[in-house]
Amino acid sequence: MIIEGKQKIWKDYQKEISDDKYFYVRSCVRQNFFPGAETTFLRILKELGKEVHENPCHTTCTGIGYHSDIIPVDTLMTVVARQFALMTESGYENLVPSCITSFGIYTEVMDTWHHFPGTEAKVREYLKKATGREFQIPKNLAHASDVIFKFRKEIAQKAKYRLTNQKTGEPLNVVEHIGCHYAKMFPSKGVGGAEYPYVLVGMVEEWGGKVIDYPERRHCCGFGFRQYLVQANRGYSMACSHKKFESMEPYKPDMIISNCPGCHIFLDKWQYAISEMENKTYGPNGEGIPVFTFEEVAGLVLGYDPWDIGLQVHQVPCEPVLKKMGILYDPEKKYKGLHGEDLGKPVKSAFKQ
Amino acid sequence: MDKKKVIVIGGGIAGMESSSFLAAMLYDVTILEKSDKLGGHLNNWERLFPTMRLGKEVLDYLSQGVNNKVEVVCNAEINQIEKKGKNFKLTLADGRTFDAGAILVATGYDIFDARKKEEYGYKIYDNVITSADLEMMFSEGKEIRLADGRTPKRIGFVHCVGSRDEKVGNAYCSKVCCVTAVKQSVEIKNHIPQSEVFCFYMDMRMFGMHFEFMYKEAQEKYGVNFIRGRLSEACENMDGSIVVKVEDTLAGRPLRMSLDLLVLMVGFVPSAGSNEVGKMLGLHLGPNKFFKTMDQHTLTNVSNVEGVFYAGACTAPKTITNTITDARAAAATVASYLNEHPICKRMI
Repeated sequence: MIIEGKQKIWKDYQKEISDDKYFYVRSCVRQNFFPGAETTFLRILKELGKEVHENPCHTTCTGIGYHSDIIPVDTLMTVVARQFALMTESGYENLVPSCITSFGIYTEVMDTWHHFPGTEAKVREYLKKATGREFQIPKNLAHASDVIFKFRKEIAQKAKYRLTNQKTGEPLNVVEHIGCHYAKMFPSKGVGGAEYPYVLVGMVEEWGGKVIDYPERRHCCGFGFRQYLVQANRGYSMACSHKKFESMEPYKPDMIISNCPGCHIFLDKWQYAISEMENKTYGPNGEGIPVFTFEEVAGLVLGYDPWDIGLQVHQVPCEPVLKKMGILYDPEKKYKGLHGEDLGKPVKSAFKQ
Repeated sequence: MDKKKVIVIGGGIAGMESSSFLAAMLYDVTILEKSDKLGGHLNNWERLFPTMRLGKEVLDYLSQGVNNKVEVVCNAEINQIEKKGKNFKLTLADGRTFDAGAILVATGYDIFDARKKEEYGYKIYDNVITSADLEMMFSEGKEIRLADGRTPKRIGFVHCVGSRDEKVGNAYCSKVCCVTAVKQSVEIKNHIPQSEVFCFYMDMRMFGMHFEFMYKEAQEKYGVNFIRGRLSEACENMDGSIVVKVEDTLAGRPLRMSLDLLVLMVGFVPSAGSNEVGKMLGLHLGPNKFFKTMDQHTLTNVSNVEGVFYAGACTAPKTITNTITDARAAAATVASYLNEHPICKRMI
């Protein structure tokens, strides 16, 4: 591997990321599966002194329906226009979606309107008739991972832990996985482009870890919408994830970091399913490979309590990474709620913790 | 108009052969070459398809037409080209000036920068090289080795890298890559007889005389495997071997295989020199960004500027044979212009 070659590509694919005053829009999937990740994002930005605004009227972007061919593009664009209207009404110009699908949708719609102004005019009319709202197109569109990437050095300066094995001093081996809709449709809109994205690599390296480039790095995580949403195709979904795990296993990854709701779910939960079906785990000694969102990793680096940032809802236990990083945590609190209430424990875990 | 002086910009094979023919017709010819020697890309090519003749032999032949008959200025950096009436004045960066009644542009082509096909990993993965890199190994008489010094056992050739590819903005065929892949795969088999060689192609464009024979021989005599399908991506294995993904469109199924060495058959792009000279002279470009000739069938050496003509691959990708033929035609066209024969003023 010639690192200078990657560095040249990383230099070629830079993007503008606003440094404050964000209008944050949440992810349908992440709010349900990893709600702690979004809370952690807000906590980090607050700690960095940044202004973030949310509007409770924000809805789904309809991206999954659109990519599954059940939402027409005109409907999609009108819903997107409404999100922009909420941003405009709130007095913001910098849109930050939590979800990669939404980021791809917003990028696609803005690009469509740029090339076809008549379509934009038509959608403005639809929105006006339907809701009476008007909107400005965001001045800056950045995915939440872009924002954390922008502040990766500030986070490193505040770090209480690093992505290193405390016993050996060696960097942790990290698999980074980028959502397809982050840059594959519009390479210039992603930090580092589509083939060798830098957005997560930059975080990992800044925080002390070492990124693994394995043969199936670019392969689909297993979501791919129709592979999973159509029940009959789910075997294909698992086959995709399985292919990736088999490919990354020889590199002995300590953890996986992703910036996409779907990737996170499937890389996490299919490990459990594979362990049940084939009694196969991909970490050492019966452990899985813990899967984290970029906010969770940033939160761990900043010293946030693992259970405050929601790591107990992961299917693959995160404890092996916590131990390697030397993070102090209370195992008894793992399944306790905010007020100490018992959340209940999983009946069975295939993984050694 | 100075009817005796011609400036030829570019000292590759087109510039050399057109200069030879113009000199033979008793014109005063000066070649302005930006590098330190004549010959262009042919200097870096060991053997030529389909005969396997050494490129040096052709270069020696072309040199005989130039030596002592044509003024050659190497390391020439053109700063300015002025047209006064029907005469041209060219000024170099070092202050030297040259006058001429006609300019023959023979600025050739550049090799496609394979790094633009990011998904193939050129200059990122250790064992991904280009056809030009491989030819350099042949030229230097080096053993074909992997980055770690081992001899490759499985070698893949990817056709159409930077050609017929709208993703990189080049919709045209570069003409020579298919047959070059056949030539180089045979050479690999000669160097490493026990190796397995695979060519991944879209179409085999074996248009030239003897090309088909060479293609058939590569399959039957040398056992080269031709797989019809375009590579989607290349990745690196832990041991440095290259994993390629391709759809075998004849078998109708996806294919994933590991190779020790991947060779990217890079195509032609308009040269940087063409772009510079084109801007100075106000030359028109065609949709493929090569120079646009006045007519695709008849006025193939004539530009949109009176007194400026084209030779060789500055107008489109060409084989060496075609380039030499085109250079001779260009010389005839320039001569007809300087002699005020209205050959290039015929209407079409």
